[in-house]
Amino acid sequence: MNAPAKIAAFDPLATRRDFEILSREVYGKPLVYLDSAASAQKPRQVLGAMHEFVTSEYANVHRGVHFLSAKATERYEAARETVRAFLNAAHADEIVFTKGGTEAINLVSYSFLAPRIQPGDEIVLSVMEHHSNIVPWHFLRERQGAVLRWVDMRDDGSLDVEALDAAIGPKTKLVAITHMSNVLGTVTPLKEIVARAHAKSVPVLADGCQGAVHLSVDVRDLDVDFYAITGHKLYGPTGIGALYAERAHLKAMRPFNGGGEMIREVSRDNVTYADPPARFEAGTPPIIESVGLAAAIDYLGALDRDAVAAHEHDLLTYAREAVRSLNWVRVIGDAPGKGAILSFETEGMHAHDVATILDREGVAVRAGHHCAQPLMERFGVASTTRASFALYNTRADVDALIAGLHKARKVLA
Amino acid sequence: MNDDLRELYQDVILDHSKHPRHFGALPDATHSGEGFNPLCGDRVKVYLSVDAAGRIADIAFEGKGCAISQASASLMTDMLMGRSLAEAEKLMGGFLHLVKGEDAADLKGDDRERLDVMAGVSAFPMRVKCATLAWHTMKSALEGGQTAATQ
Repeated sequence: MNAPAKIAAFDPLATRRDFEILSREVYGKPLVYLDSAASAQKPRQVLGAMHEFVTSEYANVHRGVHFLSAKATERYEAARETVRAFLNAAHADEIVFTKGGTEAINLVSYSFLAPRIQPGDEIVLSVMEHHSNIVPWHFLRERQGAVLRWVDMRDDGSLDVEALDAAIGPKTKLVAITHMSNVLGTVTPLKEIVARAHAKSVPVLADGCQGAVHLSVDVRDLDVDFYAITGHKLYGPTGIGALYAERAHLKAMRPFNGGGEMIREVSRDNVTYADPPARFEAGTPPIIESVGLAAAIDYLGALDRDAVAAHEHDLLTYAREAVRSLNWVRVIGDAPGKGAILSFETEGMHAHDVATILDREGVAVRAGHHCAQPLMERFGVASTTRASFALYNTRADVDALIAGLHKARKVLA
Repeated sequence: MNDDLRELYQDVILDHSKHPRHFGALPDATHSGEGFNPLCGDRVKVYLSVDAAGRIADIAFEGKGCAISQASASLMTDMLMGRSLAEAEKLMGGFLHLVKGEDAADLKGDDRERLDVMAGVSAFPMRVKCATLAWHTMKSALEGGQTAATQ
């Protein structure tokens, strides 16, 4: 195989040393982790920040008057500011911490859209959405008679903006669209989608759970109304995500969960609610995780993100070329400019069998429907094998994947 | 090759998965059921024709899935043909023990020998549901034909 391309300003081998788990073995083979689109591994800087916080400044936030509570509140609000800067939002109070991307989208469904839906009103979404950007809208269909209008993909997995535009009609109340598909890797032209939707006065929610990991996101430039992210795919901890929403939207939204922290005043007969973002953060929030998420964003920020993107693109191209010569592998999704995700079918071999054999070679991939069943149906497959690449992967990982595929063919075909 | 893998994907399994027995619909079925594995999206349909004496006079399945689920379904149809419902239930119990790596002493003689090819599944806990899908579907078909899901 060719020597890895020299990529300036980013050294994946040095980066790997920050991710301790990558040096372990599974079944006596070096771990080759190609499932970062499901959840990314965590660098020691993230774990270190959480450990340092818990051992020196931890307490509950926004409550106590004591020293530690003040410190913890400072860290929690600093994390909000870190997320604001990461997404280039105008104000920190436009960032609502959630337990993940799923909760962020459910929050928009319940608090923003539900009160605006009359029977027959429409929600426009693409067939490549993750179930977390489908099921919350199905709730509104079931409960309030909303109509889901699906925008099909082109055969190469790219999104037809004209088709999406045509689907937006007088009854459309929201466009819900991924920024980057977790199955195909397709990157959607979000800025243009928002412009088209806004031209018809329709707000846009973007599922940024993959997009925020691989793309530079500027919510003001995109002019997007809602942008959902999750921490654990971003090299941060599980249990935390965030919703960006414009101030005006948040102010008009009803509360989601009820509990401590989200109120202004509670009496026996009445309750008034806090201003955003606290209104949407009932209960003790993921405080430690917020520090971890901020550390993950700082970690990414210290790298040359263009160089990281170039590295991931190199891995994708290298893998795509390697499977091109295998006439028993069919890649699903070849959209121009796609992100570093390779989904494929293998002739005569089911994805689960392939993944089992790869696993015994130390190669971790995802097999199944990837929580995107409408997309699977669109491409006429029950499941695919998916290799997803992160900043810590190398060409040697791709080589191991290809060797594993040959092995699977030897065992199964 | 890794011994666990050789055990899992042995020739009998691959042969069943590539050339499934009793594959297709059964027009005169008295019972049928559909099984679904939400983890991978695999589906299987099992048809049974139970005669007046309470014996499985005919059985068939259709569906798409991994080698393990297809082989297991195929083997199941082979095993259950001509059996009484009580025997079918007993076999299922033994099979579940076998693939979960539990004591399968209730499987005797020829039955044990024929099902033993599935024992390798027990080394792959993530794949046990693939092996059990058809059997759960068969059971739910006999109990009234509701959709079985392995979760």
